[in-house]
Amino acid sequence: MIAILDYGSGNLRSAQRAFALTGHETMVTSDPDLCLASDGLIVPGVGAYGACMEQLIAAGGREIIAARIASEKPIMGICVGAQILFSAGTEKGGHVGLGVFAGEVSLINAPILPHIGWNNVHSEPSSILFQGLQDESFYFVHSFAAKNAVADATNSWCTYGEDFLSAVERGPVSAVQFHPEKSGAVGARLISNWAGTL
Amino acid sequence: MTLSKRIIPCLDVAAGRVVKGVNFKNLVDAGDPVELAKIYGDAGADELTFLDISASVEDRSTTLEMVSRTAEQVFIPLTVGGGIREVADVDRLLRAGADKVGVNTAAIARPQLINEIADRFGNQVLVLSVDARRGATESGFEVTTHGGRTGTGIDAFTWIADATARGIGEILLNSMDADGTRAGYDVEMIRQVREITHVPLIASGGAGKLADFSEALDAGADALLAASVFHFQTFTIGEVKADLARHGYSVRL
Repeated sequence: MIAILDYGSGNLRSAQRAFALTGHETMVTSDPDLCLASDGLIVPGVGAYGACMEQLIAAGGREIIAARIASEKPIMGICVGAQILFSAGTEKGGHVGLGVFAGEVSLINAPILPHIGWNNVHSEPSSILFQGLQDESFYFVHSFAAKNAVADATNSWCTYGEDFLSAVERGPVSAVQFHPEKSGAVGARLISNWAGTL
Repeated sequence: MTLSKRIIPCLDVAAGRVVKGVNFKNLVDAGDPVELAKIYGDAGADELTFLDISASVEDRSTTLEMVSRTAEQVFIPLTVGGGIREVADVDRLLRAGADKVGVNTAAIARPQLINEIADRFGNQVLVLSVDARRGATESGFEVTTHGGRTGTGIDAFTWIADATARGIGEILLNSMDADGTRAGYDVEMIRQVREITHVPLIASGGAGKLADFSEALDAGADALLAASVFHFQTFTIGEVKADLARHGYSVRL
């Protein structure tokens, strides 16, 4: 069973439907026991960084994520759910993140923002998420991103105005800046690749 | 590679049905938005837009079911516009499975609605739909309502600048002068609007021939919305994208 962390942020049903399409049953929940017991945990997130962090903390999500990482159980953060895994975010003032990955999430240096639409992801051959998906396009909707490689991780990149991290894989933790659940067939393949590790 | 230029088919819907202007061969049910959405998704649409032209509250509730059924089967972004008056309307649509909402008349009547939606759901969820035509305002372009039939006297560029500052994710720029003419997108208006806003610009209205699409991108559009040329199979989405690629634009094939 895969749990989708319900902390009041994100289009949870989109993620649930996309997993269902790939044959994976999911449960939308904020129950700590269920979130800890699940084979995989999805951390969604839309909206502002600080608001997401506040909601996550209020729902007990920080402890859930920490406990899963401590016991090496897989997590995948999506969009702002990926961003809050970093140390800090600069959106609407400064906000402290979960600090799972060192690095700051800051405004993309591009003339037209948000970065909305399908863009190519450049991944390394060692990536599990992007097996069979080298240089495919995924759907992005965001203005902020992490821009420095995470140490000892498989980093994947995207370019819009400048290079930024489109995905990070390190141990049990995966983070994707784009929306696999809205990225058609390639998104479904990525979801399957992740679910295949559980 | 860079960010692809998006091609967005738009379907007019009411009471959960596609209501006009669709002429596909071999359709089981030409009025079923789910079937059409799947066809467009398979044909390479980068997003889909539903414009809800329902006349009544009852019909709008049917639209929610339609959005939900579509989102269960089509895994590309879905924007729904029409009839959004308050934050609760946005909440209902997002819960049903929409990814973005288009707001037009209600935001003109009460601009604070933009702030309220952006504060609650983020700018990225909000597509400001602007129906503009040439008129006697400062920029020479006037905001209209009711499908271009009613002038507001509001300057379109002043409105776009105000809305951008309040917090929108994108602008859907509908040319009421070009709409329905099939004489090409309003490249003059696109070019001028591109200079006054930093959010992505979706051009709408006037697509008739293949060259129209690349010309709108040349003028500064980031995405292209079209209805009848796709519904009546004047071109496939693939043909439009192939032509854009020939013009050097990045497209998702």
